[in-house]
Amino acid sequence: MNNDRRKVLKGTGGMAVMGLAMSAGLLKPGSAWAQDWNKAAFATKNLADTVKAMGGAGASESKDIAIVSPDIAENGAVVPFTINSRIPKTESIALLVEQNPNALAASFDIPAGTDAGVTTRVKMGRTSNITALVKADGKFYYTTKEVKVTIGGCGG
Amino acid sequence: MADPMKIRATMSGDKVEVKVLMSHDMETGQRKDSKGAVIPAHFIQHVTATHNGKVVLSAQWGPAVSKNPFMSFKFSGGKPGEKVSITWTDNKGDKRTDEATIS
Repeated sequence: MNNDRRKVLKGTGGMAVMGLAMSAGLLKPGSAWAQDWNKAAFATKNLADTVKAMGGAGASESKDIAIVSPDIAENGAVVPFTINSRIPKTESIALLVEQNPNALAASFDIPAGTDAGVTTRVKMGRTSNITALVKADGKFYYTTKEVKVTIGGCGG
Repeated sequence: MADPMKIRATMSGDKVEVKVLMSHDMETGQRKDSKGAVIPAHFIQHVTATHNGKVVLSAQWGPAVSKNPFMSFKFSGGKPGEKVSITWTDNKGDKRTDEATIS
């Protein structure tokens, strides 16, 4: 029993070191993406922390963000979402699943000339509030919707 | 090397609609195998879409994005015959770039 536990600990330790090495590698100048993977934001548990990790002070609720998704997802492993923002100067769109182990699922940077709307599919562990977080003109806005899940997507 | 992406770029009005289907396990790092050992996380972290050398969308993903991720978006300024290129990088450093022609 104890032996197994040691192995697991060792394994995860190794992974962490690898992860560090990789994020250091990704920081190389001249790479296609300007910023490194926001590890802090992807480790947060709720909306307020995520906003903080993304560099904002707080977010206000907005009616100009639309979340298109099923109200009841039969399979939590694949839940489709479309987020559209009508807020002018939308810079980025993020999708948060509050009940997942880590809230932030994905974050999209929208350059000028690209529509402020993205579609993707995410995993949901169980019924949860879904929050679409939009950064526009330096400020953060959000809107929330509950999606019910009948079969979870994390347990396999 | 992972399997190629399926990319479709079509004109919709004066905008280009891009749909991408990637082939990736997107392992969360939360699951355990039959022996109870944790399956290490393996997921796409960065996705970048470019058109004529200009970035039209960049994304950061966590492990919560579904297996074989799908993504779609629209941008303006593209013409039929031009190319859209998508690149992803995962947390193990694997990388893949694929191109599609706008139709």
